[in-house]
Amino acid sequence: MASELNRLTIAEASSKLRARAITATQLTRDCLERIAAAEPRLHAFITVCEKESLEQARAADARLAAGNAPALCGIPLGIKDIYATRGVRTTCASRILETFVPPFDATVIERLRADGAIFIGKTNMDEFAMGSSTENSAFGATLNPHDTARVAGGSSGGSAAAVAAHECLGSLGTDTGGSIREPASFCGVVGIKPTYSRASRYGVVAYASSLDQVGPFAKSVRDAAIILRTLAGKDARDSTCSARLVPDYERALTGDVQGLRIGVPREYFVEGMQPEVEKSVRSALKNYESLGASTVEISLPHTGYAIAAYYLVATAEASANLARYDGIRFGLRVSAEDNIALYEMTRAQGFGAEVKRRIMLGTFALSAGYYDAYYLKGQKVRTLIRNDFERAFEQCDLIVTPVAPTTAFKIGEKMNDPLTMYLSDIFTISVNLAGLPGMSIPCGHDSNNLPIGMQLIAPPFAEETILRAGDAFERTGAFQPRTPAV
Amino acid sequence: MDETKITLEQVRHVARLARLELSPEQEERLRADMDEMLAYVDKLNELDTNDVAPTTQVGEAGTPMRDDVVTNQPAADAMLANAPSRERGYFKVPKIIE
Repeated sequence: MASELNRLTIAEASSKLRARAITATQLTRDCLERIAAAEPRLHAFITVCEKESLEQARAADARLAAGNAPALCGIPLGIKDIYATRGVRTTCASRILETFVPPFDATVIERLRADGAIFIGKTNMDEFAMGSSTENSAFGATLNPHDTARVAGGSSGGSAAAVAAHECLGSLGTDTGGSIREPASFCGVVGIKPTYSRASRYGVVAYASSLDQVGPFAKSVRDAAIILRTLAGKDARDSTCSARLVPDYERALTGDVQGLRIGVPREYFVEGMQPEVEKSVRSALKNYESLGASTVEISLPHTGYAIAAYYLVATAEASANLARYDGIRFGLRVSAEDNIALYEMTRAQGFGAEVKRRIMLGTFALSAGYYDAYYLKGQKVRTLIRNDFERAFEQCDLIVTPVAPTTAFKIGEKMNDPLTMYLSDIFTISVNLAGLPGMSIPCGHDSNNLPIGMQLIAPPFAEETILRAGDAFERTGAFQPRTPAV
Repeated sequence: MDETKITLEQVRHVARLARLELSPEQEERLRADMDEMLAYVDKLNELDTNDVAPTTQVGEAGTPMRDDVVTNQPAADAMLANAPSRERGYFKVPKIIE
């Protein structure tokens, strides 16, 4: 009979591993078995690292036997295929990097490796992190474990689905406009995007450098706190990375939210939202009130301009970041007589439609004669959005909103019109523009059994407030996870 | 921002800047997409931002400095391992200079 250790949380597994009640090898095998069974229906992974992960498990077991191993030692994690992993193919779900094998680890990967974590595979994503559904992967979409006719969300859909389906105990994603929080909401798991600059982006393939951030998916807030502590912290190789000390995030999980002032922005409860989403988030707010927190209505007046500002700033930065894919030093090369033709044909064949769309928009926004009207304007509106939050945090300690206007939509439903897809980022995108920390935590289900997530937003570097509040909500038991269909 | 639609000529110009070869169908599709997006972002003009400073960075201010000393090890083979075309210690490319 299968032992199903893959269904444990990180906290549970870590405790059993350290007590030597279970081994990292057993745990890893259970995850690999689950992956083999679920992947044909789910497609959460681009690369499964069976051999490597079992080797890592062997090493972890030796370390656990010696005693004093870190919390993540022996824990299998899925890694979004945007992180450089030495010796393991890293594709960004793009044909242009289909066979690219990095000779180095991203900083956060180095840190997880040093802790003895196990990399069970590279997870599927929207190509170059551009998307909200993982339908833009060059290698096929990831399906939602709760309903395989629906999307897992994006761009970190594979990482979210893998945790929801118990293929691994935690995973890494990245979030530029909502790409951790939205799939977390759609798949019913915890996902956190820390403050911009909290964790190093070295070795994380860049989409939009002033917006990208590293973050974990997990089955519980405690698990997310455990992973976050390893990810966060100064790195000399990322000049934007903060040197601020990293707290022991688990210590924030006191269960106490007495006196916590929660801001509820009126602009985030709008027409066109799925009513069950609003109902679920408002119900969670009532839970918070019964725990001794208070709620206050606030206003973030420039919310309606965030998507426009983002699709100028992010695409402009992307057009610069993706200029390196030229077929010269790595990745796909389409041979040609001259180098310009080589670049043009390599990029034409290597990039998918959405990537091309964003490169074109971004290039236009930066081009001579248009820079002021578009890119500069976007950056100025970004200031207004940031100021909105600063003002709001004078009245409250935490802001609570829905994560997305709906639960997981159907495969193909939003692929005809890019703008329709972009509008699903409406509640998450401002948080990236302002550089704030934000977490998605499951708070309910709709009548189709699909998970609903609520978003907790805090001032810069106040991850502890978010984790404390998220953990307190979890303890109420108001949300009960349901077994996924896959 | 002008109200006129994006032209195919503009699309081709941007494609050249972005080093993307586009088929006629792709050009037209992108023209329509760019039109739609630019019409959408036009709403930013509702906001008076004359006295607003742009945000270029949301991290901590300043540029960290370090001594100009080489700290990494040479690793030519690793750097060349993903090369689409290589010869001895070089990346091989089409002739650039006649």
